[in-house]
Amino acid sequence: MSDDTITIEVDGKPYEAKKGQMLIEVTDANDIYVPRFCYHKNLSVAANCRMCLVEVEKAPKPLPACATPVMDGMKVSTKSAYAVEAQKSVMEFLLINHPLDCPICDQGGECELQDLAMGYGRDVSRYQEQKRVVQDKNIGPLVQTDMTRCIHCTRCVRFGEEIAGLQELGATGRGEHMLIGTYIEKSMCSELSGNIIDLCPVGALTSKPFRFSARSWEMAQYNGIAPHDAVGSNIYFHVKDDRVKRVVPAENEMINEVWISDRDRFSYEGLYSDDRLLAPMLKENGEWRQVDWQTAFQTIKERLEEIIATDGANRIGALAAPTSTCEELYLLQKLMRGLGCHNIDHRIHQVDFTDQDVAPLFPWLGMPIAELEALDAALLIGAYPRKEQPMINHRLRKAVLKGADIMLVNSVDYEFNYRTSDKLISSPGVLPAMLAAIVKVLLESDNKAVGKDVERLVNQVQVEETHRQIAGKLASAETRAVLLGNVAVAHPQFSAIRYLADMIARLTHANFGYMSGHANTAGACLVGALPHRTVAGLATNNTGLNATSMFEEQLSAYVLLNLEPELDCWDGQLALTALQAASCVIAMTPYMTTQIADYADILLPIAHYAENEGSIVNVEGVRQGFCSAVTTVGESRPAWKVLRVLGNTLNQAGFDYNTVNEITDELAGMLDDIKPGLTDGGQLPGALSIANGSLQRMTDFQMNSADSLVRRASALQQTRDVADGAVHINNESANKLGISTEQNVLVKQNGVGLQLPLLIDDRLPDNTVLIHAAHPACYALGPWFGDITLERC
Amino acid sequence: MQAIKNYFQSLLLWELLKGLQLTGRHLFKRKITVQYPEEKTPQSPRFRGLHALRRYANGEERCIACKLCEAVCPAVAITIESEQRDDGSRRTTLYDIDLTKCIFCGLCEESCPVDAIVETRIFEYHGEKRGDLLMTKQRLLEVGDRAERQIAEDRAEDAVYR
Repeated sequence: MSDDTITIEVDGKPYEAKKGQMLIEVTDANDIYVPRFCYHKNLSVAANCRMCLVEVEKAPKPLPACATPVMDGMKVSTKSAYAVEAQKSVMEFLLINHPLDCPICDQGGECELQDLAMGYGRDVSRYQEQKRVVQDKNIGPLVQTDMTRCIHCTRCVRFGEEIAGLQELGATGRGEHMLIGTYIEKSMCSELSGNIIDLCPVGALTSKPFRFSARSWEMAQYNGIAPHDAVGSNIYFHVKDDRVKRVVPAENEMINEVWISDRDRFSYEGLYSDDRLLAPMLKENGEWRQVDWQTAFQTIKERLEEIIATDGANRIGALAAPTSTCEELYLLQKLMRGLGCHNIDHRIHQVDFTDQDVAPLFPWLGMPIAELEALDAALLIGAYPRKEQPMINHRLRKAVLKGADIMLVNSVDYEFNYRTSDKLISSPGVLPAMLAAIVKVLLESDNKAVGKDVERLVNQVQVEETHRQIAGKLASAETRAVLLGNVAVAHPQFSAIRYLADMIARLTHANFGYMSGHANTAGACLVGALPHRTVAGLATNNTGLNATSMFEEQLSAYVLLNLEPELDCWDGQLALTALQAASCVIAMTPYMTTQIADYADILLPIAHYAENEGSIVNVEGVRQGFCSAVTTVGESRPAWKVLRVLGNTLNQAGFDYNTVNEITDELAGMLDDIKPGLTDGGQLPGALSIANGSLQRMTDFQMNSADSLVRRASALQQTRDVADGAVHINNESANKLGISTEQNVLVKQNGVGLQLPLLIDDRLPDNTVLIHAAHPACYALGPWFGDITLERC
Repeated sequence: MQAIKNYFQSLLLWELLKGLQLTGRHLFKRKITVQYPEEKTPQSPRFRGLHALRRYANGEERCIACKLCEAVCPAVAITIESEQRDDGSRRTTLYDIDLTKCIFCGLCEESCPVDAIVETRIFEYHGEKRGDLLMTKQRLLEVGDRAERQIAEDRAEDAVYR
């Protein structure tokens, strides 16, 4: 027995405990139930509900188990008459002001107060006076408040301070007059705000989109994986009448602990959007006609065979959303390669593919997600994890609270919910030069032999104090990481950024990793949904066209899997032009939009999100499988089934799967031996661009516009984190150009002119224009990065 | 001895007379046969007949879609769907009772926190077509509107025992 282990006695039985543990932690670990409201294992101890009072021998009065540290030889009774009397008295006080509106309360049936009132409440209230009534607050489109029901446990307040990092909710007033609220009426803007719905032990904070639509006992619970970022948070679908009614987090300490982001929680609304495609459709002479699956498959066979005969198989291109499952992507690449076509890609956010041959097997985080919180220093490049990967940001925040330095090289001065140490905010074209300057500092201090080419490259740049600070902090820290974000991957000089970031990581012995990517970017790379690699990352002799050149080449036919290319692809306009010019576009899609109706020729409805089955691989390389929670709408089928029959129709061998598990098993055989890893080096960039004073466009990704599902989730669309379709520029640059927010500006990029509203955004550096990705009003401008001009209309 | 006794009893039709004695008694007793439908038996205020949904005096429907009746129904005869009405209150969009499933146990009425679903004294109803015995929200409210006076009187009478 080590020194810090002690023995305590609970209800007459001895238990081992660690010194400094609270009593409730010991009882919880040993399945001894102590009632509580304010205590939560992931939050600090407040001890303000007093429900967990227990009797401790020799203590003059009952003590709260959540705030009583264990002591050697302590004798505790949790169920003695004295303890229960104390708990019942607390319950009576709590119920004094709690309204008796359980029948109309959404928490009814899963309410901690309701449950404990059954065990500890009196059957008749002795309280005859007036009850307290509190006005409800409007705290945004996601969380509904009924503050009269609040019992002041302050879990939501502590969550805001400790986990979300934003003190949005607070308690004003004291005693009877204490109110939980935002003080000034405003919406919560935390990306994790939905978690207070789960935390609230009563019905004071409930889900607004879910409001009054079902009862907890009516719903069945199914496991699922959140498909909106590369983290792969574990979730539960709550299903009633074959419809997803809500999504709540599933506990997984290694990935998302007990939290999920609002995007993961409320995106289910997108499943029931009005534009769901319900049956296979065929365009004949410009008219859409609903057909049966057999006709659709036969038509595809005829069209593809005709194109292969006349133009050749390499005139077909297959693009898949990186949110598709491993099984779907595997079958898609198997089908395309079987037809002799190697143009298959999922990297729709990327444009710089020059180093793809030396790119890592898949964009790996470089360490498990849970280990991020042990970092002492991290350099984030082109990243905004707070909105892009909220659960990774949560880990980084924990690291910062323990004293870690988070340093940033970004093009937008994003607001983080923790202290960041040093930041380099530069226009996007200068990002690689910024990294080169850090490399230069490290080379100066380290004198490592890295070759003349590198030295020549870094000698082009000027070193500033911030570069030295960042290099110093990275080099001196114990555990450190260099992490790339979504903007870095979408950057036109991604290979240069990757090379230099990798160099920084190598020089400082830091972990190099990617936070970027979609739900299954890693899986897509592993199963060979790439033009230059097949399953398990094996190089192929026939390198096909990548996601961008597929559109530049204007192929004859395209096969799209769950994509809205005009919004999702790096150059939406280029994609749209190529698709419109193609003689055959086959789209497997859950939605029918006006754009898709315009360019596609055959539409196949596929299952989406909770309807789908398969597995996805997250950024740390963990493969997580999931089953369908609800049946698919209309005629739609899971894409793996569609691709399987398509394979049969096109007379391809090896498409005789009966269940998705057969594909999973086949993949497991090929992928199980693979260890995630990052390749050495990369491709040395030729030259580094420096700021030249010209106006540069950049793009970033708003969390609630990230994919087709969230774009249709109506509650999320009312939040601030959506693409706004405006031109962002800082005040100084706007003044220089003589433009103001009073009227729209004429935006010219790539030979296209558009009138867009202007927004002054002082988070941006000079000469940088930010236009959000995935806004229907902006994709006509074309590339996400590049030269742009703004004029007064 | 027993054999002789049995012999005389059967000879004198003793058992027949004994039976006729009962018949004779009932011949002069007060009759309890009810000439339905001209006559009707008296009903208890707790009579569990056709269901009804009640309204408040101001015309607002009572039901708040708490779904306790749906949960308690042993025959799974009740189906409810709910949503937030435009004024923010919790209301049903669908309230169906399948009378072919219903066993008239009265638990729905027992569980209702707002006395919205009640069982009335009405028992003379029938269905001719499939679906006639599926009581929709509209039909239940109509029954309630029609029988509200009787329903209210019965509840008031029974209130002292609750």
